[in-house]
Amino acid sequence: MTTELTRLSAADLAGRIHARDTTAVEVTQAHLDRIAAVDRAVHAFLYVDADAALAAAAAVDNRLRCGDPPASPLAGVPLALKDVFATVDMPTTCGSRILQGWRPPYDATVTRRLREAGVVILGKTNMDEFAMGSSTENSAYGPTRNPWDLDRVPGGSGGGSAAAVAAFQVPLAIGTDTGGSIRQPSAVTGTVGVKPTYGGVSRYGLVAFSSSLDQGGPVARTVLDAALLHEVIGGYDALDSTSIDAPVPPVAQAARAGAAGDLAGVRVGVVSQFRGEGYQPGVLRAFDVAVSRLRELGAHVIEVSCRSFDHALPAYYLISPSECSSNLARFDGMRYGLRVGDDSSRSAEEVMSLTREAGFGPEVKRRIMLGTYALSAGYYDAYYGQAQRVRTLIIRDFAAAFERVDVLVSPTAPTTAFRLGERVGDPLAMYLSDLCTIPVNLAGNAALSVPAGLSDDDGLPVGLQVMAPALADDRAYRVAAAYEVARNAADGPLAHRVPDLTEDRLPPPSIAEVVGR
Amino acid sequence: MPTISRDEVAHLARLARLAVTEEELDLFASQLEMILTSVARVSEVAAVDIPPTSHAVGLTNVFRADAPHPGLTQQQALSGAYATEDGRFRVPRILDES
Amino acid sequence: MTAVLMDYDEVLERFEPVLGLEVHVELSTATKMFCGCANVFGAPPNTHVCPTCLGLPGSLPVLNRAAVESVMRIGLALNCSIAAWCQFARKNYFYPDMPKNFQISQYDEPIAVHGSVEVQLADGSTCTVDIERAHMEEDTGKSLHVGGSTGRIHGASHSLLDYNRAGVPLIEIVTKPIVGAGARAPALARAYVTALRDLLRALDVSDVRMDQGSLRCDANVSLMPRGSSTFGTRTETKNVNSLRSVERAVRHEMGRQAAVLASGGEVVQETRHFDEATGTTSPGRRKETSEDYRYFPEPDLVPIAPSAEWVQRLRATLPELPWQRRARVRVEWSLSDLELRDLVNAGALDLIAATVDAGAPAEQARSWWVSYLSQQANSRGVELADLPITPEQVARVIALVDAGGLTNNLARQVVDGILAGEGEPDEVVAARGLAVVSDDAELTAAVEQALAAHPDVAEKIRGGKVAAAGAIVGAVMKATSGQANAQRVRELVLARCAP
Ligand SMILES: [Mg+2]
Ligand SMILES: [Zn+2]
Repeated sequence: MTTELTRLSAADLAGRIHARDTTAVEVTQAHLDRIAAVDRAVHAFLYVDADAALAAAAAVDNRLRCGDPPASPLAGVPLALKDVFATVDMPTTCGSRILQGWRPPYDATVTRRLREAGVVILGKTNMDEFAMGSSTENSAYGPTRNPWDLDRVPGGSGGGSAAAVAAFQVPLAIGTDTGGSIRQPSAVTGTVGVKPTYGGVSRYGLVAFSSSLDQGGPVARTVLDAALLHEVIGGYDALDSTSIDAPVPPVAQAARAGAAGDLAGVRVGVVSQFRGEGYQPGVLRAFDVAVSRLRELGAHVIEVSCRSFDHALPAYYLISPSECSSNLARFDGMRYGLRVGDDSSRSAEEVMSLTREAGFGPEVKRRIMLGTYALSAGYYDAYYGQAQRVRTLIIRDFAAAFERVDVLVSPTAPTTAFRLGERVGDPLAMYLSDLCTIPVNLAGNAALSVPAGLSDDDGLPVGLQVMAPALADDRAYRVAAAYEVARNAADGPLAHRVPDLTEDRLPPPSIAEVVGR
Repeated sequence: MPTISRDEVAHLARLARLAVTEEELDLFASQLEMILTSVARVSEVAAVDIPPTSHAVGLTNVFRADAPHPGLTQQQALSGAYATEDGRFRVPRILDES
Repeated sequence: MTAVLMDYDEVLERFEPVLGLEVHVELSTATKMFCGCANVFGAPPNTHVCPTCLGLPGSLPVLNRAAVESVMRIGLALNCSIAAWCQFARKNYFYPDMPKNFQISQYDEPIAVHGSVEVQLADGSTCTVDIERAHMEEDTGKSLHVGGSTGRIHGASHSLLDYNRAGVPLIEIVTKPIVGAGARAPALARAYVTALRDLLRALDVSDVRMDQGSLRCDANVSLMPRGSSTFGTRTETKNVNSLRSVERAVRHEMGRQAAVLASGGEVVQETRHFDEATGTTSPGRRKETSEDYRYFPEPDLVPIAPSAEWVQRLRATLPELPWQRRARVRVEWSLSDLELRDLVNAGALDLIAATVDAGAPAEQARSWWVSYLSQQANSRGVELADLPITPEQVARVIALVDAGGLTNNLARQVVDGILAGEGEPDEVVAARGLAVVSDDAELTAAVEQALAAHPDVAEKIRGGKVAAAGAIVGAVMKATSGQANAQRVRELVLARCAP
């Protein structure tokens, strides 16, 4: 019975809870049991609060028992929150030692909206430290494993959220996407991940990595579930100056419309820059099959060239470290978090430096140094300034492309999940994971990744990326939903092919001893 | 082709308040050089006459009304602090006014 | 160690001073620049803070419209152009009183640029100071240094941080280099800051209290050898907490730098601190690395693009500015240049004008502020404007005198009561029982007594020496603590002593 509950979609679970065929408490308990059974192997969670989750679920049940309508279409459904969103009742660590145990005195807007919608937050998920990485190996609390193959990474930075959904620990999760951190993990874990239009989901309470690129978004196992969650967390927020004061695009409606399986008249552009060297052959074959399926659904497919996309990766690796070097300056041990070396003789300046040295991992330090360099006098124009001009070119390429087509498609990531440790020592190889996802972050428009079967060379999940213009998120949902239905009809739902995992027991990840206090 | 010296890395680390080790100086020097070399091609893009984009979505004039809004209590404000004294954050001695 | 100073006349003979003045003004908006925390002075520590002004992870800034309108009004009043488009930048440097370790400020795109202000010096001459820019930024928190000798940073064992002030809206107003002031440079610096203070007060955008830090001036000074047109190396003197200090700090730096240059030395570009007690400046710590603030556009705030209509609407809200008022009252009150200058120097002009606006005749309003109230301000060692009495209250006292309810002597006692914090004029009159006594029976008794006590004077009056009545009136006034209606007393004395 409980196993069955964890296999359902969020929409189905909500339907049963609201019809009072089951209760939110029962659903929550089933997922807590599943976490207990498999998270030793997967390590998707950094924190689980069973009592608070059951209390939140009971509140939903009470409300329904009183005959009140559910607070939202997802009321009572469990969810996992990436540990980068502020939560008053749970620690918020961003996968960093510098914030170990920190409890924010406030809730992020996304957190608040989830609570108000009656969504049951089970806990916080693992991530690359401060969202910097593509494998979740940069977490100070040990890596998350890919449920498809525990020797492989779940992608990153939101590997915890994607793995939790793929391992049926939750039907829904929240991620953040700065250069692909929702979409790439979704691609390599066989889940659906969406990066909404920049400004579509409030960033208030989302601990910033790169402010002009960061965007929270849904992770789910179906396109409709992602859309329902998108509508819960999306929309204008006066606490975020970059929030767009417009209605959330009708993404759930688009997902339902798309599920009818008709893409007649929809113009789809295949971005010609996203193939060739560095792309795994099995990924490209799966992608080509996906494109022919879109054609079969009636879509008009053409090839579109966006030449500036070749410069997106370098531009991203100048802009995002620059912003991060500034955003992460506040972690200095003075007001919250770790403090190292305060022996009452050292100065504040020395203690700050020792704290940051001990509190940040190698990738974070590397990017802080890179950003400090790119912004410093004498280099600003050649690096940061030029990267911002490239950003303009990318926006123009998107604009030109969207005059010819309704959506653009590409593989979400150049390869399937790689092995743990494989790219840790090679930052450049790691950075290539986000080759296809980065242009969208730089331009601020919407994109999602939907499962596109398994690569025929390693049997691991491949993602199809669908990109849409800013504020036209619904277009991506429509195309993805149509594709999802067609693919499921041919092959069966991909997510259900994930290994059982209950027999797997890896030693608990070692959490590095935190020096200082 | 950017070359990053150990001294330059040390300078950056000071600016960024990172008490880097000797080994890190070498490691960062080689890695920064490698990364900067790989991203240097942005400067080859002919874009002098292209305006820079700092904000992807072109909003302007976003304001709030000048109306007070309750914030945190002193206890909440200090809740994450390593040390406090008399309602204030206690920090090591500060070297000088900047 | 005391710096060697060159004699002032010699300084001017050999060098031309170049000034640059940076004034920081805390706006008196209800809330902070980027969050809804109350903008108040003197609250218990860390009680007006929120995730945003504490710089907590995940927090975001949202710009206060009133702060933007204030800086636009300041810019317009300073004859600046308002930028059609501008944005914020981050100024990155680590300091514990700055919660994010960057300051949100404006860098190469300030909101107001290229203005000017006409400044009147104490000697009555005027001078135009060109304004480079006025821009918005956020204030820092406050550090308290514990364990040192005098609360100074040196020798402290640790510091305590209060972030109530963090995020308070700050406007930085920067002049273009001021060249050619010569001997008047120190006085000009003071007159400029005074003019700004009066302007900001007229705009009602700031408390402009230098003693509380809501108006702060950094004075950049350099010297150029006579005949040269190349600026010398400048120093930036901070911690200048009064108008008088502005003048003293500039003069001291001129003398110090001249001595350094004359002895073949070089002026070091550095921040210096002004010491009120000694009137001298001392160097701050020299930075081992050069400043590199790594400015870049603030991604969490969107640009500001003021429409022409918006600017026009704000221009229409500008009040009569101090120099406009000066020109007007000079004519309306028929003042000589000298009289006008004295009023301006005494800081009395705006107060008199406000008293007149509150209904008092100009002559009496002027008399109160330049004589009795100026004496009170002097004896308390405060600026006239900082006396705890309002122009409205002064106008009410004048009205009571005109209505015959108070004598001048009583009126001064009422003013004393107001200054002592006893309340509004009518409350002080009631509480102190200061109403004029006009009751004939009471007054007649007092007159009889006085005549009996001074039989010789009474005799003189009876003998026709009417002038001698003054002595009896004086005695009665004294006996009644000044509360008697002097006119009526005189009538009664003369009636009693009618020949
Ligand atoms: Mg400034
Ligand atoms: Zn605040």
